[in-house]
Amino acid sequence: MVLLSAMRRGALLLLGLPLLLLAGCGLDGPQTTVLPRSDLGRTIHDLFMNISGWALLIFVAVEALLIWVVVAFRDRPGRPEPRSVHGHLGLEIAWTLVPVAIVLSIAIPTVVAIFRTQAAVPAGALRVEVTGHRWWWEVRYPELGVVTANEVHLPVGRPVDLTLKSADVIHSFWVPPLGGKRDLIPGKVNNLTFTVEAPGEYPGQCAEFCGISHANMRLLVVARPPGEFEAWARREATGPRPPAGDAARGLEAFLAGGCAACHLIKGVTAGTVGPDLTHFGGRRTLASGILRNRPEDLAAWLRNPPALKPGALMPKLPLTDAQVSALVAYLRSLE
Amino acid sequence: MSGVRGWLTTVDHKRIGILYGISGLVFLLVGGVEAILMRLQLARPAAGFVAAETFNQLFTMHGTTMIFLAVMPLNAAFFNYLVPLMIGARDVAFPRLNALSYWIFLAGALLLNASWVVGAAPDTSWVGYANLTSRQFSPGLNTDFWLLGLQILGVSSLVAAVNFVVTILNLRAPGMTYMRLPVFVWMTLITQFLILLAFPPITVGLIFLMFDRFFGTGFYNPAAGGNTLLWQHLFWLFGHPEVYILILPAMGIVSEILPTFARKPLFGYPVVVYSGVLIGFFGFGVWSHHMFTTGLGPLPDSAFALITMLIAIPTGVKIFNWLATLWGGRIRLQMPLWFALGFIAMFVMGGLSGIMHASPPVDMQQQDSYFVVAHLHYVLIGGALFGIFAGLAYWWPKATGRMLDERLGRGSFWLILAGFNVTFFPMHFLGLLGMPRRIYTYPAEVGWEFWNLVSTVGVFILSAGILVFLWSAAASLRRGAEAPADPWNGRTLEWFVPSPPPDYNFAEIPPVRHRDELWAMKLEGRAPGAAQPAREIHLPAPSVYPLVVAAGILVAASGALSHPALVGAGMLVVVVGVYRWAFEYRR
Repeated sequence: MVLLSAMRRGALLLLGLPLLLLAGCGLDGPQTTVLPRSDLGRTIHDLFMNISGWALLIFVAVEALLIWVVVAFRDRPGRPEPRSVHGHLGLEIAWTLVPVAIVLSIAIPTVVAIFRTQAAVPAGALRVEVTGHRWWWEVRYPELGVVTANEVHLPVGRPVDLTLKSADVIHSFWVPPLGGKRDLIPGKVNNLTFTVEAPGEYPGQCAEFCGISHANMRLLVVARPPGEFEAWARREATGPRPPAGDAARGLEAFLAGGCAACHLIKGVTAGTVGPDLTHFGGRRTLASGILRNRPEDLAAWLRNPPALKPGALMPKLPLTDAQVSALVAYLRSLE
Repeated sequence: MSGVRGWLTTVDHKRIGILYGISGLVFLLVGGVEAILMRLQLARPAAGFVAAETFNQLFTMHGTTMIFLAVMPLNAAFFNYLVPLMIGARDVAFPRLNALSYWIFLAGALLLNASWVVGAAPDTSWVGYANLTSRQFSPGLNTDFWLLGLQILGVSSLVAAVNFVVTILNLRAPGMTYMRLPVFVWMTLITQFLILLAFPPITVGLIFLMFDRFFGTGFYNPAAGGNTLLWQHLFWLFGHPEVYILILPAMGIVSEILPTFARKPLFGYPVVVYSGVLIGFFGFGVWSHHMFTTGLGPLPDSAFALITMLIAIPTGVKIFNWLATLWGGRIRLQMPLWFALGFIAMFVMGGLSGIMHASPPVDMQQQDSYFVVAHLHYVLIGGALFGIFAGLAYWWPKATGRMLDERLGRGSFWLILAGFNVTFFPMHFLGLLGMPRRIYTYPAEVGWEFWNLVSTVGVFILSAGILVFLWSAAASLRRGAEAPADPWNGRTLEWFVPSPPPDYNFAEIPPVRHRDELWAMKLEGRAPGAAQPAREIHLPAPSVYPLVVAAGILVAASGALSHPALVGAGMLVVVVGVYRWAFEYRR
């Protein structure tokens, strides 16, 4: 057992090095799982590296043995006829016990990690309700009176407890740098608890196939120090300022164009089918993370949503160019 | 009977095996084309090669095709062709039922692929998770094609499973005790029991789905008191044993090839057999490891993780026994052995990544990511398909009477090995980089471009390798050297009869005294028995009714998608076909 452990460490050092190099230069994308930024992500990554060490050791041992056996015992002139060996009980027992030992040394930390990652929600955790819709995310902070969409703002260093629900089909909440995924299942309430350890913007996306625009169901976690997070939450909890100029014409278009039937803007409209737009102007992305919140992207989206997100429930409305630019001005004023 | 009519009415297990083999290879190409189209779409970020809708159809049909229409029928080709020959029988226990299995399989395959023709190919992935498959969220015919197609294919597998269990239990030659059965026959027997026990849950699951979609029940509808997770339990209670249904036959093939080419008996025969049984047994206790992200709770997660990890033990034992079989041998590196060695080398990788997501916390990151896509292809191509190619190369001379070209074979092997790794190894990296599976597009800024491009290049190398293999097989039929009865110095009974074997297989049923009976015969200088039958051999007569019954099922299923009158007509054909079948030999 001790010997095996030492061999595993050796294999990890020898063969893990190229992998770590890869991790350094090739595996550090924005959605990477190998540079965890939360306690959950770290627990998972440590376990992954532990098991990878064993996997590497076994891989190298078996492949080397296979190649060596084939080379050493290949048919050459003068090689004698092999002996008819039918088996060996001692060997069978030995190579049953070796996998048993390895499985045990993987199973124990696994069970420990299972109970650690699914422990009771710590006191003082921030509760966030995330509801999956085809194809966007509804985000509510019941304690703070904040409702937003497709962007999850979280404080760094404070445990968060995500309550996960679905309004239609099964989705899965996955922000890889912050740890593993958890499904959003209609008729069931799931939860996911973790503490973000570093401020930053972490993209993620739906990980359970949910229909035609599954690939377009992206989201963004914005993690900030608690003070900044609280300031954001206070701003979000209030209604928007009344619009002026171009933006005021945009509000008229919003009310006349059918937008109000689906979208809620605090103090203005009460639609509930689509995302809450009260503070739309402050968001970094739109259309569940597939576009940047820039005037030209917003205009393109308003002109023809299903062209950018196939199957989108937001229809292509007969908007004039003037209406589109007024709407852009209005929506961007909702900070 | 010869000609087309002969093939349509055949009840000869060898011909049915060949039919399964040809169909499996055709659908392997169909599924391969689907894969190439997907890889082209994913080669670049935000590509517009195929539309979202088409892409979703492609991956649904790729998975469904490769599992049910390529690997399973290719395995069935070996069961059919080899089992009677290996156990010293003249045919399977129920020859007409055997033909029925094939024709029902073909009906299901045609129905599934007819969906392309009417532009409604299934598009909810091969796992078809409820409630995405409900009428509300999948209103078209797509899911109807899928559920009816799978239901029909399930009937085919169940019918065949009963047939092979009875055949192996009852038709063994005198002296062929269980512990003298060739390992391939053992793995076939285990596979058939897995099919018998695993297909009922998915059949029930599909019936629920059919009722939900056609009659408005609410089995999977939470608003009506149903449960979407019910589908996942039923599906994976089938779906995990299905993995072993796909891979155990390949393990059997490899266990036949290694001893022959090492000129040594299989090392630890009983242990290899028992570990196959254990893998099959544990296979039923691990289904929820596909559901670690659904929030089952820590206790079920731990239990399913532990049982899943247990499977690594018999699997490891098998690999060690294969290595020990090669150890000390006189290894002839010929085409079947190359593929068998490729199987061991690649299957180990699939097994090891499997251990990783057996651990629920790790699986939280890997589930539904490209890491899992890499894993499952190392098991299904690196494992099952390498095993199948090894078997094709090994038994091709037996079935066709022609030798394959060794040089082309070796070329195809290295192309397949290289192409396979270039295609699928980078997918591990993509998974670690956070790329989910089943997405038709991805933005440039997530950094998945490079490995996706590499993977797309790989798929062309892999395809070239497979085409070289198939071309060499086709060419051998015209130009190949004639194969003797026993080209590899084989150990098992199929090498005792001419290549290709006569209709009746054995002129006289050989009494069996050893596990490697043919080797023992050659060693002891015993006569291989008469070449000509001493007396008339009774063989089952051809029958058209299996084809009629299968056609009736196809008509009935098409009716469910179009007009109820067709359902009635189809069922009538089935009833008349079964009736005539029952009294076929009374005249």
